[in-house]
Amino acid sequence: MESRPRIGVYICHCGTNIAATVDVEAVTEFARTLPGVVVARHYTYMCSDPGQTLIKDDSRQLGLNRVVVASCSPRMHEPTFRKAAEEGGVNRYRMEMANIREQCSWVHQDSAAATLKARALVASAVAKAARLEPLEERQVGVTPGVVVIGGGVAGMVAALDVADAGFPACLVEKSDRLGGRVADLYRTFPDLEPAAEWLQPLIERVQSHPNITVMLASRVTEVSGYVGNFEVKVSGFRLQVSGSPDDHLKPEILKPETLKLETLKPETKNPETKDPETIQAGAIIIATGYNIFDPQRKPEYGYGVYPQVITTMEMERRLAAGDLTVNGKPVRDVAFIECVGSRDIQLGNPYCSRVCCQVCARQAQMVRQILPEARVSVFYMDVRTFGKRGEESFDEARRTGVRYRRGNVSEVDRRGDRVVLRFEDTLLGRAQEQEADLVVLAVGMEPRDDAGDISALLKVPRSADGFFLEAHPKLGPVDTAMDGVFLAGCCQGPKDIPDTVAQAKAAASSALIPLIRGSVPVGSETAIVEPELCAGCGMCVEVCPFGAPSLDPFWGVSRVNAVLCKGCGACAVTCPSKAIRLQHFTADQVLAQVDILIE
Amino acid sequence: MQVDLQQLMERLDILGCIQCGKCTGGCPVSLTTALNVRYLIYETLLDVLPDPGKMEELWDCTCCFTCVQRCPKDVRPAELIIGLRSQLVESGKIPGTIGDALMGIFRQGNPLGFARDDRAAWAAGLDIRPAQEGCETLLFTCCSSAYDVRSQPATRALVRALRAGGVEFGSLGTEESCCGNEVRRVGEAGLFEMLTEEGKPLLESTGARRIVTTSPHCFNTLKNEYNLSGIEVLHYSQLIARLLEEGKLTLSGRVERTVTYHDPCFLGKQNGVFDEPRAVLRAIPGVNFVEMDRSRERSLCCEGGGGRMWFEGTNSEQRLAFQRVHEAAATGADVLAVACPFCMAMLDDAVKVQGLSERLKVMDIMELVGQAL
Repeated sequence: MESRPRIGVYICHCGTNIAATVDVEAVTEFARTLPGVVVARHYTYMCSDPGQTLIKDDSRQLGLNRVVVASCSPRMHEPTFRKAAEEGGVNRYRMEMANIREQCSWVHQDSAAATLKARALVASAVAKAARLEPLEERQVGVTPGVVVIGGGVAGMVAALDVADAGFPACLVEKSDRLGGRVADLYRTFPDLEPAAEWLQPLIERVQSHPNITVMLASRVTEVSGYVGNFEVKVSGFRLQVSGSPDDHLKPEILKPETLKLETLKPETKNPETKDPETIQAGAIIIATGYNIFDPQRKPEYGYGVYPQVITTMEMERRLAAGDLTVNGKPVRDVAFIECVGSRDIQLGNPYCSRVCCQVCARQAQMVRQILPEARVSVFYMDVRTFGKRGEESFDEARRTGVRYRRGNVSEVDRRGDRVVLRFEDTLLGRAQEQEADLVVLAVGMEPRDDAGDISALLKVPRSADGFFLEAHPKLGPVDTAMDGVFLAGCCQGPKDIPDTVAQAKAAASSALIPLIRGSVPVGSETAIVEPELCAGCGMCVEVCPFGAPSLDPFWGVSRVNAVLCKGCGACAVTCPSKAIRLQHFTADQVLAQVDILIE
Repeated sequence: MQVDLQQLMERLDILGCIQCGKCTGGCPVSLTTALNVRYLIYETLLDVLPDPGKMEELWDCTCCFTCVQRCPKDVRPAELIIGLRSQLVESGKIPGTIGDALMGIFRQGNPLGFARDDRAAWAAGLDIRPAQEGCETLLFTCCSSAYDVRSQPATRALVRALRAGGVEFGSLGTEESCCGNEVRRVGEAGLFEMLTEEGKPLLESTGARRIVTTSPHCFNTLKNEYNLSGIEVLHYSQLIARLLEEGKLTLSGRVERTVTYHDPCFLGKQNGVFDEPRAVLRAIPGVNFVEMDRSRERSLCCEGGGGRMWFEGTNSEQRLAFQRVHEAAATGADVLAVACPFCMAMLDDAVKVQGLSERLKVMDIMELVGQAL
C-alpha cells in the first residue's frame, strides 16, 4: 500500500564541476527542509562506488521509498542511479534527477545565483519525486532470427556468426550471386593472396549452412515491427540447396559475365517469381556495400573515351587474365592515378576511400613482376597505406621499381596511339607531361544508389556523405538510431576487408544480444489510455510518429502498443478528453515540478 | 609591396589547399611559362610570398579557370592570381598595354580605343530597334563584336538569324559599354564596380526578360556577376539552338564543309555550355562535324582571356593558339568554328602565323549559320 514519501536527496560535487560554482553544503541544508525529505547528503562523486553505496545503504537503513540525485544530466547517469536505487530496495522509477551541472554550474558564473537555482532545481525534483509511482520494467519475447541485407563479405560473415551461434539467418542478396565486390577481385592487399582462395570456401559455407537461408535476386520491400520482433517482406528467390555439397551453386568468381539466374540449375532455385515472403526476425543487419565511383564524372581523365584508360576494378580482370597489352602490344608505360572520386569536395565525396592506395601499390607491384621492363608510375596526393602490413606493402611496391610521383594528374589526352598525362610533379615543382600506354584510375567508393531506399525502409539515417550513420562514432560503430538494426561493411563508410569482417562480426554479436537474452526490455515511460475516457477520435493515432496507438476495431477506443511507444507525449497532449496518461510524466507530477520553479 | 594575404586567404579558402598540384598540372600556360599557381598558394600559406611586382608571369594567367574547375578542395586558385593582380593595379604596376585597354574602357567604354560614337557602326542599315524604348530580348554585343572587323560579320549574321527566328530584340547602341569581364580578371576591381553599377540599372531599365550576348565573356559576367534580377542571360548559341529545336528557325542553305569546334573557356569549362554550339553546327545542312581530341572539359584555352587580349605574355614563341590550330587541322576539318570573338582573334592569327591559311579557316558559328539562312 502507498506509504508517505520518505525521500533521500544526494548532491554531487562532480569534483569541482559543480562544487566550484554551487554551494553544495547550502543546497544540502536547504534540501533537508523540504517536505518528505528524510536525509540529504553531498559527496565528491555520486556516481562512484562509494557514492552509490551511500544511496543503497540509506535506502535500506532509513527505509527510503524515493531518491533524488542532484548531479549531471540524466542522459549521463540516470541508468546508474536507477540501478543504485533499485539495489537499495527503491523502485527504479522512483529515482528523480536534478541537473545542477549542465543546466546550472556549467552555464553560470555568479556563485550565489547558481546556488539559488540549484536549490530550486532540487526542490522541483523533490516535488516530482513525492508523486512518482512505482512502475514495472516489462519484457517482450524475441523472434530468434536475423535478416542480413547484402550478400557480400560483410553480410556473409555476419550471417555465419549468427548461424554458428545457433540462430537462423536469412541472407537477402539483390544480385544473383553471393560474394559482392570481392568476387571481382583477383588478388588482395597487402600480401597478394588470391581472393578466390578464401572467398569460395566462405560462399560455400554460407550456402551449405543449415541455419542460413540465402535469397538471391531478392529485395527487402517492407519492414515493420521493432527490436526483437521485426517483420521483413522479401521478394525474390530462395536458394534451395539439395544433394551433396558438390552440387551447390558455385558463383563464378572473376568471370567477366556475371552468373545469370537463367543459368542456374533448375533444382537450385524456385523457378517462378514468388510473392513477397514475410520473414520474422529479432534483428536486422544492413550490409549493402558500396558503389564504385564512375570516372566519367571526372571528364578530364578521358575514361570512356580512350581504351587506354581503365579503372582499378578493370585492372583486376586484366591481371587475372594476364592481359597487359594495349592494341595487341605489351604495355611499356603504366600510370596509376590515385584518389579518383575520393577526397573531392567538388564531387561531394570529401572522404578518403581508404583502400585505393593499397590497391595501387599491389597492382603496380604485380605489373612490375609481370613486365619487369615496364615503367610503372603511381601519381598520388598522399600515400595512405595504413593498417597492418600496409606501410610494408608500400615499401615492397617501391622496391620492385614502382615510381611514386607526387602530383594529382590534371588531364589525360591522346598522343598518337598512346595517351599523355598532364600533371605537376609537386616535389620537383614543375608542370610536366608523361606518355603512357595504360592509365589505371584508382576509383573510390560511394554510397549505393539505393541507400536512400534502405534508409527509408529501416528508418536508419545517413551521414552527410550518404553512407549509413552509426549510432555513435566511438561507442556505437555498428549500431544505428533504430534499436535492433545494425551496420556492417562499406554501407557505413569505405573500409578494407579486415575492417569489414571485424565490423560484420561486431554487428552479428550485437544482433545476437537480444536473441540470446530471449527478451527485450520495454521502457515503462509509455502512454496508457483510460478506455472509459477515450472517445475514439483517433487524433493520437494521427499524431504519433511511431505508430504506437491504434483504434481497437471492436471497442472503438485507442490502445497504445507499449513496445512501439517512445514516451514522447505527443498523444497525451493531443488527446482532447485527457484519456491518455504518459507514465512517469503525468500531469500532476510535471505540474508539481513546474509550480516549485514558478514560486 | 604589402599584400593583404590574410584577407585573400580567407576569401579563397586557401587553408583548404592540400598542394596536390591539380591546378598547375592542368594550367594551360604552366608548361610554357614560369606561372605555378600551386606554388603561389603554398607561398601564400607560409606567408613567404615574394613581391608580386617582380612576377611578370602573374599576367600570363588567361583566367580559363581550369584550375578552379578541377580543384578537389574547392579552392579557387585563379582568384589568388586575380587578387595579386589587384594589388599591382592599385600600385600602378601593370603592363602598359593593359593600362591602355583599361583607360579605353574608362573613357570610351571599350578596350580597343575606338570612339563610343562608332560603337553601333557595325549595325549600319540593319535598323535595330533601340532597347531604350523597351524590348523583350536585349542583344548585348561584345566590344570586339562591335568594333573588330573579323567579328562584325558574325554579329550581323546573328541579327539576321534572330529576325529569321522571329525574335523581337533591341540594342543599346552607342550607350552600350564594355561588360568588364576582363576588367575584373586583370584585377581592376574599382573599374569593374563602376561598370556594373552603371550597367546593371541600364540593362534592367530596358525591361528585357532576356539578354543574348555575342561573347562568352559578357555572358559569364552578366550571368554570374551582375546579379540582374528577373533577366535570363544567354549566349547566342543557346538561343539559336533553342530556336532550331522549337522549329522557329530553319536552316535551308547547304554549307558543304568539314567543321570542328573550339570550346571557349568562359562558355564551356566555366558555364557548362558544351552541347548547344555543337547542336547548332550539326543543324547546318551539309556540315560534316568532327571533334578534336581535346574538347569540352579538356578543351585547350586559346590564351585570349583574363586580359591576355591586351598582353603578349612572357612566352610569345609557344602560343597555345598555335598548338590549337594544328590540333584542329589534324582532324581534317577545313573550318575551325568558334563561338567567341577572342577565340576568333587568337586562332585566326595563329592560322596565319602557322601557315595553315590554305587548309583551315576560322569562322564564328554565326557566320556558318548565316550562310545557311
